[in-house]
Amino acid sequence: MFWRVALSIAFAQLANRRRQTLVSVLGVSLGVGFFIATSSIMSGSEQDFTQRLVDNAPHITIKDEFRHPATQPVFVTYPQGAISLLRTKPREYLRGIKNYGAKVEELTQRPGVIAEAALTGQVIVRYANKDVSASVAGIDPDKEKFLTQVESDMLEGSLDRLRTTADGIVIGSGMSEKLGLKMDDLATVVTPSGLVKRMKIVGIFHAGNLLLDEGQTYVLLKNAQVLLDKPFIANQIRIKIPNPDDAETFAASLENRWGYRSESWQEVNRDLLGLFIIRNAITYSIVSAIMIVAAFGIFNIISTVVMEKRRDIAIMMSMGFRGFDIQAIFLIQGVLVGILGMLLGWTIGLGLLELVSMVKFTVPGMTKQQGFVLDRSFRPYAIGGTFALVSAVAAAWYPARKAAQVKPVDIIRGAA
Amino acid sequence: MSDPALVVETRGITRILQEAVPVTLVRDIELRVTRGEFVSITGPSGSGKSSLLYLLGLLDVPTAGEVLIDGQPTGGLTADDLAAIRLAKLGFVFQFHFLLPEFTVLQNVMLPMQRLGVLSEEKMQSRGLQLLADLDMADQARKRPDQLSGGQRQRVAIARALANDPLVILADEPTGNLDTKNSEIVQDIFGRLVREQGRTVIAVTHEEAFARTTGRNVHLVDGRIEKDVKR
Repeated sequence: MFWRVALSIAFAQLANRRRQTLVSVLGVSLGVGFFIATSSIMSGSEQDFTQRLVDNAPHITIKDEFRHPATQPVFVTYPQGAISLLRTKPREYLRGIKNYGAKVEELTQRPGVIAEAALTGQVIVRYANKDVSASVAGIDPDKEKFLTQVESDMLEGSLDRLRTTADGIVIGSGMSEKLGLKMDDLATVVTPSGLVKRMKIVGIFHAGNLLLDEGQTYVLLKNAQVLLDKPFIANQIRIKIPNPDDAETFAASLENRWGYRSESWQEVNRDLLGLFIIRNAITYSIVSAIMIVAAFGIFNIISTVVMEKRRDIAIMMSMGFRGFDIQAIFLIQGVLVGILGMLLGWTIGLGLLELVSMVKFTVPGMTKQQGFVLDRSFRPYAIGGTFALVSAVAAAWYPARKAAQVKPVDIIRGAA
Repeated sequence: MSDPALVVETRGITRILQEAVPVTLVRDIELRVTRGEFVSITGPSGSGKSSLLYLLGLLDVPTAGEVLIDGQPTGGLTADDLAAIRLAKLGFVFQFHFLLPEFTVLQNVMLPMQRLGVLSEEKMQSRGLQLLADLDMADQARKRPDQLSGGQRQRVAIARALANDPLVILADEPTGNLDTKNSEIVQDIFGRLVREQGRTVIAVTHEEAFARTTGRNVHLVDGRIEKDVKR
């Protein structure tokens, strides 16, 4: 019953100052609207970028390295020993993942998992008196298709032609331009061990990443083993798993089991993912600033109403309204402004997103992006709405409290 | 045991405003008002008559002494408790009407009933209309306060004071802002409320003519009761 009275008084007082109410509602709704638009652009691009990271590279790469240098046998046997051996020479071991065939076989047994043994190394590609140093990856074309985007990034030729052509090599568009190499040209590949080999260009890809386009080449695994003089050796196992989010834990379990350094895509891109946190912090602080300005709008209107309504407050109190009742009446007004602002803000946000989604442009370096990728989830709406309501209550709190502390006698005496 | 007919009783109330120089508003007031009495409080300006009314109406709290409403001591009660007593047992009429401008006349009269929340909405409405009809204001029920004359507004304020069927009506210069004709109408209403409905009215006034119509006159000088005359 009381709430109905309080609500009707609050409504009537707001309705009586339509213009001021509208301005403060607009303030809140612009804050909410821009919050929704910016946060769905930001989180959309974050998701898109993460998707690219996940799609462009294997989820997990097992390397023929160890995270920590090997412990000397004496320390393994006597961990508490008082003896310390200095200047021991670590045992030299043959690089490469031991028994990689069996490991790949075992990983492939798991449902949805694709695993490929690869050998990577450095070579120099020479053509028409020009040299370009490049990474060479010895791969399995059937599996590489699923592990990375190379196959879909192909401008000419294909990965499959590696198999049908003897000594074929796939290069990037950057290298092709730099050296003037075209399809079916014969380039000279020089390895660190001094081997020189003539290889035929069977494919040119364009990944949109300068580093890859100028410096990455693909050959068959067995060709790489010959080129790099590492017969029957692979130094990487590249893995794709069904759910990319599991990569970190799965990598850790593999490393635990086999000892080889296993890098998840999250580990490799830790710096980029960290950047997103900073970016989000910036977004939220800018939008918070908008909301704080909007909250001052609410504070302003409620304060004005309280000032102008001192007589009404006094008479209601003399009638028998409690301080709390009066406070509630003005808090409700703040909440009403907040709710109206939230609803209008949702509409504005929705409209802004429609507008933004119509904007089309290409970013240099990123071949496929055509406009903003938006996060169309409900999350920004929920956060923006909560923000509006919380700031409305916070802004109305102080003036409402002031209203509750009005002494009716002071007002009535003053008016008489 | 207090007399059940006693509706308002004060026990030596004193009110001192603590300012740079303390101001004594009223001192050692002993007053007993029984059911059905029509009391006027008069005195020169600054004699503390309004201050006494606010103390009787629990709008202000005495520095010393105690006010009893309907036999219930009010000393030491919280502001919320006092508000509850005001809501159920007291009705106020001030010099200015203090009607809420956003609401119609009827809504203004219903407001105390809605806050009390005892009657159903329909009953409140019919009671509000009845109160207005008693004061010849039924046809103005749907108007807003700013569409009424000063006398009409004061009549609405009286109807509002009666909303919760109070034990006592406290009026502070109810005719102070009215012309002679309206002043007489309002005086007449208070007289009728006492005579016909047996209500208790305590009214502060500086008008001799008004004071003469009341059954009892309390005259204040410098915050003390100088005369207390029953007619």
